[in-house]
Amino acid sequence: MSAEKRALVMIENVTRTFHRGAEDIHVLADLDLEIQEGEFLALMGPSGSGKSTLLNLIGGLDRPTGGRVIIGEHRIDRLNDRALAAWRARHVGFIFQFYNLLPVLTAEKNVELPLLLSPLSQAARRKHVQLALEVVGLSHRTRHYPRTLSGGEQQRVGIARAIVTDPTLLHCDEPTGDLDRKSGDEILSLLQALNQDYGKTIIMVTHDPHASARASRTVHLDKGRLSAEAPD
Amino acid sequence: MLANLKRKKLRTTLTILSIFVAFVLFGFLCAIQHAFLGGVEVAGADRLIVRHKVSIIQPLPISYESRVASIPGVDAVSSTSWFGGIYQKPENAFPSFAVDPEKFLNMFPEVIVSPAAKEQWLKKRTGAIVGRGLMEKFPTWKIGGHIPLTSPIWGQPANQANWDFEIVGVYDTDKKSTDKSQFFFRYDYFDEARAQAKGKIGWMTIRVDHADEATAIARKIDREFANSPEETKAEPEGAFAASFVKQIGDIGAIVTGVVSAVFFTILLVAGNTVSQSVNERTEELGVLKAMGFTNTTVLVLVLAESCAISAIGGLAGLGVAWAITAGGNPIPDVLPNLEIPNRDLLLGSALAIGLGLLSGALPALHAMRLQIAVALRRQG
Ligand SMILES: Nc1ncnc2c1ncn2[C@@H]1O[C@H](COP(=O)(O)OP(=O)(O)O)[C@@H](O)[C@H]1O
Ligand SMILES: [Mg+2]
Repeated sequence: MSAEKRALVMIENVTRTFHRGAEDIHVLADLDLEIQEGEFLALMGPSGSGKSTLLNLIGGLDRPTGGRVIIGEHRIDRLNDRALAAWRARHVGFIFQFYNLLPVLTAEKNVELPLLLSPLSQAARRKHVQLALEVVGLSHRTRHYPRTLSGGEQQRVGIARAIVTDPTLLHCDEPTGDLDRKSGDEILSLLQALNQDYGKTIIMVTHDPHASARASRTVHLDKGRLSAEAPD
Repeated sequence: MLANLKRKKLRTTLTILSIFVAFVLFGFLCAIQHAFLGGVEVAGADRLIVRHKVSIIQPLPISYESRVASIPGVDAVSSTSWFGGIYQKPENAFPSFAVDPEKFLNMFPEVIVSPAAKEQWLKKRTGAIVGRGLMEKFPTWKIGGHIPLTSPIWGQPANQANWDFEIVGVYDTDKKSTDKSQFFFRYDYFDEARAQAKGKIGWMTIRVDHADEATAIARKIDREFANSPEETKAEPEGAFAASFVKQIGDIGAIVTGVVSAVFFTILLVAGNTVSQSVNERTEELGVLKAMGFTNTTVLVLVLAESCAISAIGGLAGLGVAWAITAGGNPIPDVLPNLEIPNRDLLLGSALAIGLGLLSGALPALHAMRLQIAVALRRQG
């Protein structure tokens, strides 16, 4: 309706409190954040500051204690478990620090996994899988099992798995946290290409300044508050 | 997802092996129990004697036969009346009874007569069948011969000096314990010809549908005739049968006990395997859920894994037990009919699936309830 472009991700007044025994841990308090479509956002902050917690709220892996999480047309904090699972399958690709590939499946079967939830035929699934593996530069490793791949290669399989469903958002929690500098840089270049060439919106948690340097914008989370600049 | 079983090969193999052993054991115990029970069915554990409450020499009205037959759980009724026949001189006394041929032969399958003899017996009112042993005792007796008997109880039939019987057949028995020196003749001839106690019978033998209901049915019969002029006493056919039934009950209890203990142990072993494997895969399950696999799918995946483990072990175990018992009985002298009844094979298969579901239930519920954020945090 309005000419103004609405943000893809809108976090409004979000609070997240954990209970540990009798103690309440207020990790996020009254937090606001907007992410535009096509952004590559780096989320930085000290360990334990709540970066993963915030990312999980945006990825629909967790629900806020209070406030609203609006992504596209969806108020995802209001969806029930089943609807939220379907929403994740359709809209979010997850990339993890430890890759989290299934060790008993080959690279291509790992990449195919999220497609099993779609109505695609086997032939169509295979085409998508090949394409995704091509994008990450692993077309020659399709039949390999994860344990026979290097860390960088495993993470690229992880990225192929995240993009194979052509999701709205890519969700990365310390994607280079377990990699050496060289492999890490390759992964960051790949994410950058996905952002710039394929127009993917990416949210990346990291505490590595090298990583955040590749992003189009960086926000810092500390003591439950967000700021555009590093605290000191 | 069966691929997951490959992961911890040793642990999975050991679990499958213990399930396998349990089911081989189960198969054998079923076969042994069946072998014992098979013996009892021949022993007549399903037969009861119904007599006058005061003593077996007091007669009962013949109408009791149809009343007993109509009690639910009663399969067949056959009545017997004591004749007390004497051949020529008092020393030549032998057990002789008036029976209904059809009902009698149906009731006592251990009494074996040729079809020709049976046909003759049904045809001839004065026909009698004689035990092989009795025939040997009186060498002059032969089939077709007429035997005059007297009875101190019943006297003579009207207008005749003796009771006249024609030997229509010889009976054998398929068991050593069954008496081969008896003499059976037709009740209709007997009842018509005797002068007193017409319409009365000595006692009834009844067969019940299920041996384990015998005592309950005995009580029901006695209640049926309580407070009538001729009250009854129903009891198992013999003390031997009664004690045998008790032994079988014990064997059944032992088999059930052993099987239950084994299965409980196996349940713990298999349950432990599945829950360990779920535990190790917490992150993987979290990732699957993150991708959008529903809680129900995850539950089904875990149950499929546990069912696969117990189905592989269970069916292989049952199969081996079956193959061994079907392929030749190792101890034919001790237990002649050692085989696993189909019913127990079905029960075993159901147990295998049940074991799979039960051992997977807790881990599967745990996997289903697992929160993604928590599952993924474990390694961070
Ligand atoms: N499920 C949970 N239960 C209890 N406390 C939690 C849970 N998840 C996170 N926390 C706490 O919230 C805080 C922030 O955690 P997290 O978001 O993982 O931090 P970061 O990713 O920035 O290192 C930490 O103190 C952590 O202990
Ligand atoms: Mg974190």
